[in-house]
Amino acid sequence: MASPLCGWTGRVLHVDLSTGEAAVFHPSPRVYARLLGGRGVAGHYLRAHCTLDWDDPDLPLCFFTGPLTGTAAPASSRGVLLTRSPLTSAVSDCSVGGGLAVRLKRAGWDGLIVTGKSDVPCGIEIADDDVRVVETGLWGETTDAVFDRLSGPGTSVAAVGPAAENGSPLASVVVDRFHAALRGGPGLAWAARRLKYVSVRGTGAVRVRDEGALAAACEAIRRLAAASPVLMGRHGFASRGTGALYDLMDSRRMMPTDNFRATRFSAAPRLNAEAYRRAYRPEPFGCEGCHIRCKLRAADGRAIPDYDAMAHFSALIGNDDPELVMSATALCGRLGLDPISAASAMACRRELTGEPCDGRTVPLALHDMAHGGPLSGGSLDFAESCDRPELSMSVKGLDLPAYDPRGAYGMALAFAVNTRGGCHQHANPLSHEVLRKPVATDRFTFSGKARILKIAEDQNAAADSLGVCRLIFLAAGLEEYARAYTAVTGLEASGGELQALGERICYQERIMNSLNGFGDCEDDLPPRFFSEPGASGGGVEMPPLDREAFLAARARYYRVRGLDESGRPTPETAGRLDLELEP
Amino acid sequence: MKDLCAKYARKLEEQGVCAPGEPLVGGLDDVLVWNREDPRTAELARLFDRLSINSLVFARPAEPYTSIIDFLAARNPEAIRPEDTETRTFLHDIPVCREFSAEALAGPLARRKSVIIPGHGVIAPGTVSPEQGFVFFSSTLFSCFVLFFSDYLAALRRGAVDDEFRRVFERVAAGLPSLRTEPPDLADGPFADEDAVVAAMAEAGRAVVGYGLVDSFFGNISCRAGDVVHISQTGSSLDELEGCIDPCPLDGSTTHGLTASSELSAHEGVYRSADVACILHGHPRFSVILSMDCARADCPNRGRCHVACAECRTVEGVPVVPGEVGTGPTGLCNTLPPAVAASGVAVVHGHGVFASGRRDFNEPFSRLLGFENRCRELYFERVADLSR
Repeated sequence: MASPLCGWTGRVLHVDLSTGEAAVFHPSPRVYARLLGGRGVAGHYLRAHCTLDWDDPDLPLCFFTGPLTGTAAPASSRGVLLTRSPLTSAVSDCSVGGGLAVRLKRAGWDGLIVTGKSDVPCGIEIADDDVRVVETGLWGETTDAVFDRLSGPGTSVAAVGPAAENGSPLASVVVDRFHAALRGGPGLAWAARRLKYVSVRGTGAVRVRDEGALAAACEAIRRLAAASPVLMGRHGFASRGTGALYDLMDSRRMMPTDNFRATRFSAAPRLNAEAYRRAYRPEPFGCEGCHIRCKLRAADGRAIPDYDAMAHFSALIGNDDPELVMSATALCGRLGLDPISAASAMACRRELTGEPCDGRTVPLALHDMAHGGPLSGGSLDFAESCDRPELSMSVKGLDLPAYDPRGAYGMALAFAVNTRGGCHQHANPLSHEVLRKPVATDRFTFSGKARILKIAEDQNAAADSLGVCRLIFLAAGLEEYARAYTAVTGLEASGGELQALGERICYQERIMNSLNGFGDCEDDLPPRFFSEPGASGGGVEMPPLDREAFLAARARYYRVRGLDESGRPTPETAGRLDLELEP
Repeated sequence: MKDLCAKYARKLEEQGVCAPGEPLVGGLDDVLVWNREDPRTAELARLFDRLSINSLVFARPAEPYTSIIDFLAARNPEAIRPEDTETRTFLHDIPVCREFSAEALAGPLARRKSVIIPGHGVIAPGTVSPEQGFVFFSSTLFSCFVLFFSDYLAALRRGAVDDEFRRVFERVAAGLPSLRTEPPDLADGPFADEDAVVAAMAEAGRAVVGYGLVDSFFGNISCRAGDVVHISQTGSSLDELEGCIDPCPLDGSTTHGLTASSELSAHEGVYRSADVACILHGHPRFSVILSMDCARADCPNRGRCHVACAECRTVEGVPVVPGEVGTGPTGLCNTLPPAVAASGVAVVHGHGVFASGRRDFNEPFSRLLGFENRCRELYFERVADLSR
């Protein structure tokens, strides 16, 4: 019988690796109404088990699509991988592109929950309703070997590499060769269960309530995307990939250089997006069905690195050779390593030991990380082993992406309070502090940033739960996506109502972190940013962050978010959001 | 935050869209502040509890806008749906709410960027800065102005003007400011260096805003110096361009254009097609109104004119081209450059005017101002003809 739901399938697949058995959940309509899908519903299934250790077989590994995933809504190919992070122990969400989420939805599943632990290396193979846990001989292979073996038309594959198998908390889950769940070590969480890969074939279609209304909603969103210089302009992501940010970050004196000891990189003009375009003649590609196509593939088949990898494998480690950036990023993909954390670990070691990062040492270091060497635990682990933990440029143990917080104070606050650690993506202050969207804000002030941050976090949580890429929110908003949501599901909702669901989703993650001991001590930045200036010049002053101003802004964020003065959830706010505080 | 609230209240007053002392602008981080005291802030403050916003602009507009929005709201009790580019791209529609209360306003404000409250004014929130409310407030007035005058002309063509519409129209028309025909004396080109380019752009931007040739402070402006196009940044205020101009090499060797105006591709297209040094783009109202005035009621593309118009239309010899903001197959970057290259000035359907100059901004400014003034005269000539 056809599902009466539109947008959602109403079915969640649970695979127990200990028994090899699959079961079907049918979430109640209330779960969808309260949490949408994606990150929200994944959090719902993690919530009851969230105090278990990251490698406890009973801790669920969740991958969820949203109600818009796989529909014609622009940029709606996303799903969210969520569990506790092996690197940080915090709740860690990764928005995943490629074709995985779309195919899972077309196979008839809103989400996949994996528990248990296999006795032998295994893969999960999903073909519509046919679900199998199979023993695999691919253990020990690089991810490209897995894709060579398993990928094919209509099939999406997510796989871990040697880094995960050998215990690195920097291990990613690579999806469809060129996409990934990168941050926080989700690959290690898979490998700990001896799960090597998940492959998905889906032949169904996502039910849409009102195709005409969806077409109208899509037209409005596409119109806004076309009007966005950063997405669709000649210098934008659709043309140059996210590496288009490289020039801008350097000219704004926000380029993390030499492990964040400087904020401008003298070789930047030779390593910008145009340099890669001229050297590699890449063609754009993107996630399944996305019209923006923000990724680039070189003629030799390698992906042009995304901005963070492009910056960290050059400025952060002191490398001016673009080919080394290309080869290091590609190697990270094959080994299943997060390039941001991998480069950060090297930069940290370079500062501590003086060991250069060049064409000889970088590949060695990456192989070392993937095979249990001294850098395999990441920058914080390495810095602590040298009794210099302050030289790990991380928050909650997650290494910072390629935006220097001394050049954008909302970014500084966003890094500090992000539930998954040193990451800007939950709030993306880059949007208004640098890219001038929806309007420009003063990047050198904390004034007003607490509430801006909270609003943006809620918006992006809603986006993650709808199954939509956060990048499109550089152009469109929940106002436009609410129309798409209503068209797909038949449920009336305004942008404001979706935003309110985003608040619940964010607070749910705060509660889980709090239950695991996270508070204001963890919502902090490395001391370097409060004591050392950035690279002033060109009329721009880059002093160290004012510690008192930062703490005051963080306190305002706590008040705006409805947390206590230690950053912990309160019964009042939890009650207002219909959430439970207790384990 | 208080400074920002005061700044945008002042800008509304300076633009003449609100009486002095009228705008209320509120901003919230963890404490709510207003640009001034007013008993209505108690009710407006309750909106911050109900909406995920950090700022709010509320004001009763000055005439003729109050008459226009109250008239349109009476004829469109649920929502007003202008058809200009500003509305199509950003506002979508403008809900009407008849009650000045947080309970009544929260619903439409959760869905849309501005709301009209007949008899009270216009309210527009922001999530990042009071600047958003300012922009949406101004855009709402611009869109309603364009719709009002467009509707009147269309109604005349259909013979469907009623007495009330005529009365309001005549009152609004009589209240329009007098024409400004003398262009300003802008810096002479060619410009010696980058500093001179930036200074000339800033001066021209202020003049465009000062002459009311833009909707709020938007539009864009560029100047070619060698192989570099200097262009105003996306969302920048044309009257505050210092520090908001991006140098974009025509060979694409840097991506500084990432924050440039969404019309960078169109400007570059003009520079590649014609020997010009400067481009001004504004949203002069009667130019926009006439760009949308078409007598072909039976045209199969009606309703899609902004992207599908296949006619070689002109207004007083100036080409009217279809095209949407930015890039893409229906973007004005495809249609505008050949028109501007051929005529020196072109108007994009429902959007605005682009004018070029060979030496400095005096020539495009004169073209922009002259075309707008002629469009206003032509509009009333058409009204007179159709009223006979």
